[in-house]
Amino acid sequence: MDAILELCDISKDYPNQKALDRVSLAIPRGAFFSLLGPSGCGKTTTLRLVAGFEQPTSGEVRLNGSTINHLKPYQRNVSTVFQNYALFPHLSVQDNIEFGLRRRGGANIAARVGQMLDLLKLTGKERRRPSEISGGERQRVALARSLVLAPDVLLLDEPLSALDPDLRKQVRAELKSIQRRVGVTFLFVTHDQEEALSLSDQIAVMNRGQVEQIGMPEEIYLHPRTRFVASFLGRMNWIDGAGVRPEALRISREAAGNGLCCHPATVMGSVFLGNCVHVEARLASGETLVAEVPRLDARFATGEQVHICWRPSDEMRFPGEPP
Amino acid sequence: MRRLRLLFLAPAGIISLALLIAPLAIIGGYSVLTRGAYGGVERPWTWESYRLLLNPLYGEILFRSFWIAIVSTGLCLLLGFPLALFIAQSGPRKSLYLNLVMLPFWTSFLVRTYAWMFLLRDTGLINTALQSLGLIRQPLPLLYNDGAVILGLVYGYLPFTILPIYAALERLEPCLLEAAADLGAGPWSTVARIAIPLSAPGIWAGAVLVFIPTLGTYLTSDLLGGGKTVLIGNLVQNQFTTARDWPFGSAASIALMAIVLLLLMALRSRGTQDLL
Amino acid sequence: MKRALALYAACAYAFLHAPLLILAVFSVNASRFTIWQGLSLHWYRAAFADVQLTSAAANSLLIAVIATLLSTVIGTLCAYGLWKRGSTWLAGSLYLSLVTPEIVTGVSLLAFFQWSFRYLHMQLGLHTVILAHVAFSIAYVVVVVIARLRMFDPTLEEAALDLGATEWQAFGRVTLPSIFPGVAAAALLAFTVSFDDYVITSLVAGVDSQTLPMVIYAMARRGISPEVNAISTLIVVGLGALILVSERLREA
Repeated sequence: MDAILELCDISKDYPNQKALDRVSLAIPRGAFFSLLGPSGCGKTTTLRLVAGFEQPTSGEVRLNGSTINHLKPYQRNVSTVFQNYALFPHLSVQDNIEFGLRRRGGANIAARVGQMLDLLKLTGKERRRPSEISGGERQRVALARSLVLAPDVLLLDEPLSALDPDLRKQVRAELKSIQRRVGVTFLFVTHDQEEALSLSDQIAVMNRGQVEQIGMPEEIYLHPRTRFVASFLGRMNWIDGAGVRPEALRISREAAGNGLCCHPATVMGSVFLGNCVHVEARLASGETLVAEVPRLDARFATGEQVHICWRPSDEMRFPGEPP
Repeated sequence: MRRLRLLFLAPAGIISLALLIAPLAIIGGYSVLTRGAYGGVERPWTWESYRLLLNPLYGEILFRSFWIAIVSTGLCLLLGFPLALFIAQSGPRKSLYLNLVMLPFWTSFLVRTYAWMFLLRDTGLINTALQSLGLIRQPLPLLYNDGAVILGLVYGYLPFTILPIYAALERLEPCLLEAAADLGAGPWSTVARIAIPLSAPGIWAGAVLVFIPTLGTYLTSDLLGGGKTVLIGNLVQNQFTTARDWPFGSAASIALMAIVLLLLMALRSRGTQDLL
Repeated sequence: MKRALALYAACAYAFLHAPLLILAVFSVNASRFTIWQGLSLHWYRAAFADVQLTSAAANSLLIAVIATLLSTVIGTLCAYGLWKRGSTWLAGSLYLSLVTPEIVTGVSLLAFFQWSFRYLHMQLGLHTVILAHVAFSIAYVVVVVIARLRMFDPTLEEAALDLGATEWQAFGRVTLPSIFPGVAAAALLAFTVSFDDYVITSLVAGVDSQTLPMVIYAMARRGISPEVNAISTLIVVGLGALILVSERLREA
């Protein structure tokens, strides 16, 4: 793999906690790579280490094969899109986008800015101030400002969290298409697993300063290596130390055969979610399961006696981990 | 990065050291030296100046300064609180009313002190007006006494109580006052029992902000008090100019500084807010 | 109760503003006594004709402009430095300068200058006044600029660094433009404080340099002089206008 960015055994200690504990990552050139995890897991710290705003306590950051630990933020060829966009309020959209280019000097500034304005559909808004454009437009300006510098890696710190939920889905798709078109490596930080799954070529799931698993979205979802990864991506039912996804559970009124694992259960209630129904049922052993049932299937009333079945191959077990 | 930050702080640091700290250290040193033959200071080192301060004559000056400062502070609080209350409850016109208070304050202290001279002297406006109305025959000696000094100080420093009290009242949640009303308290008792106690930090801050400058006042007591009202500030000024007793003047200055710093430390423990 | 408060407020505002208004009114009184004898700009003309007054005013202006420039630059840099990384002793000494009574600041500076003149062979004059003004104005500038900096979003500086600006460039192109209204407000404040100072200036000015407050003080002590009314009104209007602008900038 042609890794454009490598984190080699990075640790970051703070006086009262260890923010990162021997993190190693290799981000392939041109990939949309996500760091996924709950708040406090160290994903933002990782981003800031790559950008140069913090120094690792130990370990190396390598860009294109050379170590960049000692380089200041303005000496590194990476660029950050901040969570609050950090657009300069006293400069116009055009001046904001030009900012980095002007620091470098060089020719063709106007042309390159024009290209970027086109790509991000901001033409016509050049003269406006950040306070005069919408949230979605501000995000595009932040992107343009960083992309126009042709960085080796673009760092994005939860860029969609400040947007309205309906806008988020639309912007997500745009972000993916921009990345494909421009070809820049994206290092994307988020706590939203749906975002990570839908956008990424590869995901690194982080928890408490450590990387729990790296892989493609399908692999991580279907074959999680730890309990944490399993529970963090989508819901999990735990029965007898094994985990089963809600959509892998089948509910029927009769017991089924042909190699399926079946248990009798009592329906506790159902929640209608539009395209599917979540049915909550309790086993004789006392454990409660949630099964995801397509809307068009049979309905189950509270108190009904049913059978919950699943294929043994859908079970996920994590030997060596406490239940 | 660190070098840059030091560069930013260096000019202010040098000036602080040279023009704020060193001068204070120097008069500290002078306060334990002896008065020189041609003014200035010379050895031997002695506590004489401080012993002189304990003389009842100077004790009277100290007492008077305290008394005037306390009265001025009290009046400022008494007159300032209702005005601060008015502004806090005035709704949309708040900043206008606030500016109307602050604007005269920031123009010129000297001019504002002189304005009272103009009003109070024997041939001033008040006496002329009263005489022409036939209410008095001889002009009233309104100027050149303690009362005039207090008036001048209250006039000068009133805004210093209004701002912090207003800030404290602003932060008061209106639901507290509404709760008091709901439980049967009339407007006056709501003020007395709720507004005043809860705005206490602002009141203390205002008191400190007035007491300290009025304790060390020089200009007001000089212009409005004539030669008659000698306070610590006038004493110090006199020693460094006409009387040419620099050690004694330094001792008085150090004593004044000590009182101010002690007061500030005592009030810190009461939890007043920082200025910086 | 609202009515009682409003009535009180009206009286209080009258008390606060009446003296200055009366001064202004009598500055255009034709008579030199406090009896109204018709409108006249005579005293203003007399004030401008008085060489002592005009040269003192010129001195005051010169001192204020230089002191303001120096204290604003030094104070702004200091505020920025304190905002990024505190310094207890510097913050402490600035606080000390704010609470020290003016008379003590004045005599201590006098003592310092006289002591240093033993080695420097200089005299008291305009330059010592300027130094003194810079010294006590810095604290005011720092207070105003730091308040403005606290409203400034630090990620903007990080963004600038991220895009290739050095620390100096980030300060100059992003931070400074953002806090500029606060810096301007601080400068106007420093100007007002310097222009109006009497106590400290009178102690460190020496015999040859007279400032406007010093002349006004001498005239006020001597007795009736209606020119003082005229100059006073001019000062109040002038400084008042500056302060209004400063307040607007602070809120911008």
